[in-house]
Amino acid sequence: MTARLRAPGLPRAFFFLVLGTLFCAALIIVVRELYGYPVFEDGGVVTKAQNAILLLSLLIAPLWFLIGLGAFDYWFYWAAGRPTRAEDHSGHGAHSWRDYFRINTDHKVIGIQYVVTSFFFMLVGGLMAMLVRAELAAPGRQFVDPGTFNGLFSVHASLMIFLFIIPVFAGLANYVLPLMIGAPDMAFPRLNALSFWMLPIAGIMMTASFFAPGGSFATGWTAYAPLSGDAPIGQMFFTIGVQFAGASSIATALNFLVTIITMRAPGMSFWRLPLLVWANFATSLLVVIATPFIAASQFFVLLDYALHFNFFRPERDGDVLMYQHVFWFYSHPAVYIMMLPGFGIISEVLSVKARKPIFGYRMMAFSLLAIVLLGFTVWAHHMFVSGMQDWIRIPMMVTTAIIAVPTGIKIFSWLATLWRGVLHMDTPMLWACGFLTMFTLGGISGVVLAMVPMDIYVSDTYFIVAHIHYVLYGGSLFTIYAGVYYWFPKMTGRMFDERLGKLHFWLTFVAFNCTFAPMHLVGVKGMPRRVADYAQEFAGWNLFISISSFVLGLSTLVFVYNMVASWRGGPRASANPWRALTLEWQVSSPPPVFNFDRVPTVVGGPYEYGVPGAVHGIFKPAEEARPKTPAGATGGSAESSSEQGV
Amino acid sequence: MGLEERTQSERPHARADWRQMLAVGTIASALGIALAFVIDWFPPAASKEAGPVDTLWHVLLIFSIPIFVGVTVVVGFAILRFRMRPGEENLDGPPIHGNTRLEVVWTAIPAIILVGLCTYSFVVLEDVEAVSGKPVEVRVVGEQFAWTYFVDQNGKEVASNDLHLPVGRQVRFTLQSKDVLHDFWVPAFRIKKDAVPGIDVKYTVTPSKVGTYPVVCAELCGLGHAVMRSSVTVEPQDKYEAWLANVGKPAATPTGGGGGGETDGKAIFTSAQTNCGTCHTLADAGTKGTIGPDLDDVLADKDEAFIKESIVDPNKVIADGYQSGVMPPNYGQTLQPAQIDALAKYLSEVTKGG
Repeated sequence: MTARLRAPGLPRAFFFLVLGTLFCAALIIVVRELYGYPVFEDGGVVTKAQNAILLLSLLIAPLWFLIGLGAFDYWFYWAAGRPTRAEDHSGHGAHSWRDYFRINTDHKVIGIQYVVTSFFFMLVGGLMAMLVRAELAAPGRQFVDPGTFNGLFSVHASLMIFLFIIPVFAGLANYVLPLMIGAPDMAFPRLNALSFWMLPIAGIMMTASFFAPGGSFATGWTAYAPLSGDAPIGQMFFTIGVQFAGASSIATALNFLVTIITMRAPGMSFWRLPLLVWANFATSLLVVIATPFIAASQFFVLLDYALHFNFFRPERDGDVLMYQHVFWFYSHPAVYIMMLPGFGIISEVLSVKARKPIFGYRMMAFSLLAIVLLGFTVWAHHMFVSGMQDWIRIPMMVTTAIIAVPTGIKIFSWLATLWRGVLHMDTPMLWACGFLTMFTLGGISGVVLAMVPMDIYVSDTYFIVAHIHYVLYGGSLFTIYAGVYYWFPKMTGRMFDERLGKLHFWLTFVAFNCTFAPMHLVGVKGMPRRVADYAQEFAGWNLFISISSFVLGLSTLVFVYNMVASWRGGPRASANPWRALTLEWQVSSPPPVFNFDRVPTVVGGPYEYGVPGAVHGIFKPAEEARPKTPAGATGGSAESSSEQGV
Repeated sequence: MGLEERTQSERPHARADWRQMLAVGTIASALGIALAFVIDWFPPAASKEAGPVDTLWHVLLIFSIPIFVGVTVVVGFAILRFRMRPGEENLDGPPIHGNTRLEVVWTAIPAIILVGLCTYSFVVLEDVEAVSGKPVEVRVVGEQFAWTYFVDQNGKEVASNDLHLPVGRQVRFTLQSKDVLHDFWVPAFRIKKDAVPGIDVKYTVTPSKVGTYPVVCAELCGLGHAVMRSSVTVEPQDKYEAWLANVGKPAATPTGGGGGGETDGKAIFTSAQTNCGTCHTLADAGTKGTIGPDLDDVLADKDEAFIKESIVDPNKVIADGYQSGVMPPNYGQTLQPAQIDALAKYLSEVTKGG
């Protein structure tokens, strides 16, 4: 027993978690005693001290947990002058399911840890959405009181954004990105492990907020001050949970940037990168620049809440609008953080499944960078009714509309990629085509919202709820499904059930539209969002929406069953079932523990489908391979391609 | 070139007729736009500003529907015409890498459309926000979870729980908040803005149609957000003036109040002015609100003085399981003393039934 508590792992982590909580309690008690504040009363601890202990534990106990887990062991050994090996691979790879529950430095294990964890929180968040819809099935009160209702939609949104969409993309990219660029792992494997383990901390914190005294945080995922500054302690589960999710996100983004810049295989120039890599490069830039802003906004709230600072207290010269500016300076780029990796996935899937090169490869990469840049100039379009200065609405309207141009370039280029291809209409391709139509609709309602007078009318109504779900469900989640089905054979070494995959798509596609399309109608008709009760005139549509949403929820179970059953007993997958050119498909499924037994050399673009004899990478030393055509090149390929071949 | 011919000749069925696609797209767009114009999108329009906003919406639909239909039709035709047929498992498509002219076109045309729409929206915005002459000034104060309206009565500012506005005259709202963010929204007027603690937020509307319209709080403000409702009555100038004269005396000496000085306790309890029943259950009045305590229950052993105090200062004593700061603390300001007495008397009587 003592041996298990001394060795890094979950037992020691929970032991340290208890120690950390005791440490926080002791610290609070000592400090309060020293200041002469009351601590004990009637044989118990006074409420204020209890809250202080809880708050400090939220902040500090997770760090103890991570130390106990062993996330910092290597660095501690190094700092203490104990022997360390830079090439220590003892924590690498997975031989049994237990290896997924410890600090693991293998990017493929971490990728699966990420994806499974985020889908777990997706199911939790989805369940909350079901409760929200059950309450909204009829006007008046059904199942939950208003406080719980506000908590349900707040936690639903926070989990879906911070614990599902953002990390699931990080997880998919974690698995395939090093493979795609011909690297043996990420640049910083230990940092990678630490990034992952901060995620379940954030997720459990946000979910557990329902057990906090006074209920969960109930101020929406936007947590606008000053409402969030005076809320019960449950609010802090969001404020601090976001810090862990954000830190995880930033560390992973740094890791991606360094990996992409320094660890590309010989011959893998930037213009030969698969677009998924480009997309994650762009996303990582966004994360590294923008995420510190939400961290700051939540630290301000924390300081206001815990130490009575006055960032957002108007009666003490605080500035309420500043919260929204700082928050949206992250949270608008965040919608691109939640979309660009999906763009990358769609480019991979469409090109392979249409058996054609991506149309306009270079414009696809440039439009990603254009979105990164423009993404930082549009944040105040969330604040057209906030009472900020009037003049700034006009430039924000124009930039918001203009950001639709690079997005449009991507949509049209994908359509041109489909055109005259040989379309394999299997499950990943169905999701990709579904994405094209649904995301276009979400993008169009986004342009409608950019128009100031229209936004003034529909902001904070169900039109917004419809728009965000068309973008994040019909957009991001559809690409996630496309990606999960597409790489499932690579990640698990098994094929999924194609029939169930198609059933999942059609059920979701229909139920999704029945759920969210009518929300445009009730929104424009005047139904505000974030209300547990609504006017009688909206009752019919809301009942229809609720029933559709339950079908949508059930369709997700088809996916879960397919994944679990296929992983356990699906037919073995070959190395390259889709006949794709990119490097991850040139190794076994699942790949060897260090990815490539021989370092690949890249000799051509990643999407040269239809070019006779085209190859992307070969497993020969660099000297034997002469660099060939980059990805965007047209013409001239026929002459040089004859020299290629494996 | 030879390659494309080879692929095409192997796939004689894989052709899409541009004219056919254009026809399908045009017909579907026309039907979509027709449907969008048949749908009754908006709540009743009761302001001059509603016209340009509603027109803007329809213009946006005219541009949006063909774009969505276009993308869908191309995806649909691609799937129908170019999907893999048996025997084509190992076939690749033609290696088309791009087309600069096409890429310039689909960059430039959306940019032009978007800049055009922005220009039009800017014109609409200037139109709906233009202030002309001397508007009627109304100060709107939001707090958890009620609106209080301060109107000008012969140079003195008086408070009211309901709002009346003259038809055809521009009104300027000055929004303020006592606690958290709220958002003063009359859907029928089409304009909304946040009430922000610490700053004055202003907007103008010109009510154009007589009637009573709901007021909605559109910014999440806490437990009672969903019931932070009120109403605004638009009426002819003479009726408005009669209402204004009746609103009462200055807020500093709280003898004023909305309505007409009602002293029937039950009527006060159920009136739109107090909205008690939205949050409280009371068997006698037939209300079933659950935001606040069940009055039949918690007032059963309380006397009239306690009830009166709880109306005026609701945070002084909080029933078990409920939070302070939820009930509006402004009833002492907006109800006349006689009304509060009547309400307390009524509540005391009907809750002592058993």
